[in-house]
Amino acid sequence: MRVLVIEDDAEAAAYMVKGLSEHGHVADHAIDAETGLIMAETAYDVIVLDRMLPGMDGLAAAETLRAKGDATPILFLSALGQVDDRVKGLRAGGDDYLVKPYAFAELLARIETLARRRGDEPQTEIKVGDLEIDLLGRRVSRAGEKIDLQPREFKLLEYLARNADRVVTRTMLLENVWEYNFDPQTNVIDVHISRLRGKIDKGFDAPLLHTVRGAGYRLSEAG
Amino acid sequence: MMGGLRKLIRSTAFRLAAFYLLIFGVSSAGLLGLVYWRSAGFTAQQIDETIAAELQGLNERYRLLGIPGLRQVVAERSGKQSQSLYMLMNPEERPLAGNINGWPKADLMPGGWMDFEYDLAVSGKTERRRARARKIDIAGGFRLLVGRDVQQRDELVSLIQSAFWWAGGGILAFGLVGGLLVTRSTLRRIDAMGAASQQIMAGDLSRRVPVNGSGDELDRLAASLNAMLDRIENLMTAVRQVSDNIAHDLRTPLNRLRARAEVTLMSEAEPEAYREALERTLQDADALLGTFNALLDIARLEGAADAGPSDIIDLSDIVADVTELYEPVAEDGGIALLAEAKPGAAMVVGDRRLLAQALANLIDNAIKYTPTGGAVRVSAVTVGGSAELSIADNGPGVPEAERARIFDRFVRLEADRSKPGAGLGLSLVRAVAQMHNAEISAEDASPGLRVTLKLPSAA
Repeated sequence: MRVLVIEDDAEAAAYMVKGLSEHGHVADHAIDAETGLIMAETAYDVIVLDRMLPGMDGLAAAETLRAKGDATPILFLSALGQVDDRVKGLRAGGDDYLVKPYAFAELLARIETLARRRGDEPQTEIKVGDLEIDLLGRRVSRAGEKIDLQPREFKLLEYLARNADRVVTRTMLLENVWEYNFDPQTNVIDVHISRLRGKIDKGFDAPLLHTVRGAGYRLSEAG
Repeated sequence: MMGGLRKLIRSTAFRLAAFYLLIFGVSSAGLLGLVYWRSAGFTAQQIDETIAAELQGLNERYRLLGIPGLRQVVAERSGKQSQSLYMLMNPEERPLAGNINGWPKADLMPGGWMDFEYDLAVSGKTERRRARARKIDIAGGFRLLVGRDVQQRDELVSLIQSAFWWAGGGILAFGLVGGLLVTRSTLRRIDAMGAASQQIMAGDLSRRVPVNGSGDELDRLAASLNAMLDRIENLMTAVRQVSDNIAHDLRTPLNRLRARAEVTLMSEAEPEAYREALERTLQDADALLGTFNALLDIARLEGAADAGPSDIIDLSDIVADVTELYEPVAEDGGIALLAEAKPGAAMVVGDRRLLAQALANLIDNAIKYTPTGGAVRVSAVTVGGSAELSIADNGPGVPEAERARIFDRFVRLEADRSKPGAGLGLSLVRAVAQMHNAEISAEDASPGLRVTLKLPSAA
C-alpha cells in the first residue's frame, strides 16, 4: 500500500515512515501542503494529513485535493481535539480524524481500514472462514449453526467482518459501532468483545476473533 | 492641590455639574427678572396713573372755578402731609401755590413727564429726595405740576435688586459647592475603582472594586467588574491548578517511567527482559498521556465560553446508549445496571459527546464502587423546569465531609487507593456540568452515593 504523509514535524514523519515500511507499506513524506499536493498527483492509497502546517493548512489542502476530483482517502492528524475541529476536518473532505498524541498501532489500523474502504462494493454477505454473516437478513451462522446476536453485537461483528484480516482498535470500535469518540476509563469494549467471542468462537476449535496485543482486535481465519 | 483642581475640572462629573449649574443659573435669573419687572414696573405704573388722575381732577377744578379756585385747591392739598407734590405758576414765573420750592430744573419727557430731585425739610434738616411729576399748561401761560415723591419706591426697588443679587449669588455658590461635592464623591469612588484595578494588576487577584450598595450606575458597573474579576480569578485558579497538578501528579509517574528505563539499561539483561521493560514503559506512557489529555480536556471545558453546545438532546437516548455500553461490564461484576428514562422525558440543550462521556464516567465510577450483588440506577426525568440526570449506587457511599471534594482533580479518597484510576473522571463530569450550566450534587443514597446533574430543561 502507498501512503503519503504530509507532516511538518520531520522527526515524527520519519518514525511514521519507518513504522509503515516495517508493516510492508511504502510511505513518502512531504514537509508542507504545497509539496504534498504535487506528490499526491501520483497515485497513493491513503494520505495522512496534518491539520496544522506552515503556509497552506491541512483543511485547505484537503479542500484543494477534493476540488481537483482526487478521492484518495485522507486521514487527518491533529493536536486539536475539540468536536467541531473533527467536524471541520471531515467536512473539508477528510475520511478519518486522529488526535495527537496517538498510538502507532491506532494510526496503522486506521490507514489500513481507509485503504480497504476505497475498494468496497455494496456487500450483502460476508464470509470469514466458516462464519457467515447475512447483512440483509441480519443473520449469523457458523459451520451452518445459527448464532443469535443482540443488535449491538451484530453491529460489532459486522464492523469486524467488514475489516476482516485487519486490526481494528478499541477507539475505532467505539467510534463506529457506538458512534462515540471519547476514551472510556474502563475497557468496556473488551467486555463486549469477550461476549461476542463467547457466541461465535465458543465450542469451535479455531478461534476467529483474535486479540492483537497493544493494538486491538482482528477477525480472521488465520491466527 | 492645583493638580487636584485641574483633575476636578477635567472630570466628566464636574463638567456635568457645571452644565447643570449654567442651566439653573439662567432659569433662576429669568425668574428673578420676571419678579422684578412685575413688582418694580407695576409700582411705577401705579404712580404715573395716580399723578395723571390727580392732574385731571385739578384740571376739571380749573375749568369750573378758574385760576383762583385752582390755586385754593392746590394750596389746600399742599398743606397736607402726603407724598404728593404740587406747583402752580403764573405767566411771570412766580409760584402761586405748591409744596416745592421752585419749578424743578429737569428735562421734559414726552407727555410732560419729568424726573427730578427736590429738597424736603424733615425735622429741621433738608433732605434731597427724588420725585416724578407731570406738568400741564393751563390757558394764559399758567402751568400746573403734579408729582410724587418716589424716594421710597426707589429704595424698595434697590432693596429688591440687592436681594436678587444676594439670592442669585447664593444659588450660584450653593450650586457650585454642591456640584463640587457631588463631583468629588463620584471622583473618589472612581479613584477607588482605579486603585483597586491597580492592585489587581499588581497581582492581588482577590481584590475587588468597592460596591456601596446604592445600586446606581457606578455601583452596577462595580458589580459587573467584580463578576468579571471572579471569572478571571476562577480561570487563573484553574490554570494554576493544572500546573500544580502537572507538577505533582505527573512528575511521579514520569519519574517511575524514567527510573525503569534507566535501571533496565544499566543491567545486562536478556532481550526478553528489555522487551518487557519497553512494553511496560509504553503502558506507563499511555497512562500518562491519558491523564494529560484528561487534564487538558477538563481545563478546556472549564475555560470554554458559556455559549458552547446548542443541539437539542434527549437525555434518555444517552442513558440508553451508555448503559448499553456498560451493561456487560456491570453484569461481569454481578451488578444490576438499571436505566429509568422514557424517551422525551428529559430534553436538554447540550453536547451529546460530552454528556455521554460525563455519564460514562459516572456509571464507570458507580460500578467500580458497587459490590457484587448491588445495583446501579440511572434515571433521567424532568422536575420543575430542570432535567435531572441521576446515578445512584448502593455501595459504601462517601462520608458527608468528603462528598464536596470528590469532584476535585486527583482526589482519590483514602479508601479507594487500591482501585485503578487517576481521580479525574468526576472532575471532567463537573467541568461538563459547568459548561452546560448544570448544577451538580452528590448525596447519600442510603446506602451508597447518588450524583445528580440538574440541567436547564429544553422541553
